[in-house]
Amino acid sequence: MNAANSPVLEIRNASRVHGQGERAVQALADANLRINAGEFVAIMGPSGSGKSTLLHLAGGLDIPTCGQVLVEGTDLASLSIARRAVIRRQSVGYVFQDFNLLPALTAAENVAFPLELDGWQRKKARQAALASLEETGVAMLADRRPEDMSGGQAQRVAIARALVGPRRLLLADEPTGALDSATGTAILRLLREKADNGAAVLMVTHEARYAAWTDRTLFLRDGRIIDQSGPSDASELLAQGTA
Amino acid sequence: MSVKHALLALLSWKPSTMYQLRKAFDASTGETWPLNIGQVSTTLQRLERDGLVEQELAEAGEPEPWKLTAGGRAEVDAWWQSPVPRETPGRDELVIKLALAVTVPGVDVAALVQRQRSATLQVLHDITKARRGVEQADIAVRLVLDNHIFTTEAELRWLDDVEETLVRAQATATAGTTAPVQADRQGPTPAKTAKARSRR
Ligand SMILES: Nc1ncnc2c1ncn2[C@@H]1O[C@H](COP(=O)(O)OP(=O)(O)O)[C@@H](O)[C@H]1O
Ligand SMILES: [Mg+2]
Repeated sequence: MNAANSPVLEIRNASRVHGQGERAVQALADANLRINAGEFVAIMGPSGSGKSTLLHLAGGLDIPTCGQVLVEGTDLASLSIARRAVIRRQSVGYVFQDFNLLPALTAAENVAFPLELDGWQRKKARQAALASLEETGVAMLADRRPEDMSGGQAQRVAIARALVGPRRLLLADEPTGALDSATGTAILRLLREKADNGAAVLMVTHEARYAAWTDRTLFLRDGRIIDQSGPSDASELLAQGTA
Repeated sequence: MSVKHALLALLSWKPSTMYQLRKAFDASTGETWPLNIGQVSTTLQRLERDGLVEQELAEAGEPEPWKLTAGGRAEVDAWWQSPVPRETPGRDELVIKLALAVTVPGVDVAALVQRQRSATLQVLHDITKARRGVEQADIAVRLVLDNHIFTTEAELRWLDDVEETLVRAQATATAGTTAPVQADRQGPTPAKTAKARSRR
């Protein structure tokens, strides 16, 4: 498998306008973005700058007014609503700021749920769920409900759910928003690991310290990607910059 | 940074040669302020002149290690006992540059802020990468790198704040009240126009 260099997500000249005429709001303007397998990208920008809109488009939760969004080479707009829902469930994992776990279900049931929706057998779905919980370091919470978890634990379960099955694109909208700094760092370590193991990860964050864990950071202003920043090639810059 | 006190502190741990001192200093600070051997040598000479260190007799052919005198030991103790004075806010080039940018007409302050933000975030990316590679047990290096992370982060927060202040000042200026601030963006982007319209 050519995991290293195929774009998992490609956004081409995508714009999203809400409403019409006088009341039109351009939430995103002419965005271009490519994320390969194994890449971890952050989006930063003031509130209202279009970060969530970009993530919604990437995840097929919304479609662009013009331009294209391709997930693993497939243009989402070319699909029927039903097909798009399948891609969303099978290829894309979504992590929300407030976790969005179903309160009546245990961790394992929460993680298995999208697989069962896809017609997986209950037993197979549970097996995959347990493997995913194991991977995110919360296997011991499998039979616990969200109300009996800390914020950091719930977010790990949400990430396990987002990545269960064969999904290779992980979208996270302020996944550390409600967490203390140590737990936030643990979540970043986990997302970084996911990327290092071949997932493409796109994360919205307000915190530069978390953005700094990624391979590059995009800056959004008024619906436009205006700039990007990432680590320098030579890390002796560290010595230069602080000597 | 006080190379003098750093060397005295290391010598209070154990007598060492110049090269051992340099190595120990670099190891404990994660090589973020690499010392050259010349610095170590001239500092030791000055400390010797002031009666704070002296050289031990070594076996034939071995370099002679330096050790503290009683005066040197007292100096180290006093150093541990006293807080490091907070330097008066100095001539930070970035602060001065931004103060000038909002004063001198015709400077694109928003673009300047963004260029700085991008460059500073790049440094934070680099430090974070280095920090990730540090062993859990290496507490000295971790705390040095964490300090860099905190200060770099503080600069980024300050830049966000500068930008917000400019946007607000501009909003009051265009609303026709007062405040001639030279925020001077290159006109509203189409996205902004659309949004501005929608707010009416
Ligand atoms: N469904 C919608 N209808 C109208 N305007 C919207 C809608 N969703 C988002 N917007 C507007 O689009 C802009 C970008 O929103 P969003 O992507 O949520 O920003 P962010 O996540 O960066 O805070 C904002 O001005 C927001 O008010
Ligand atoms: Mg948002």
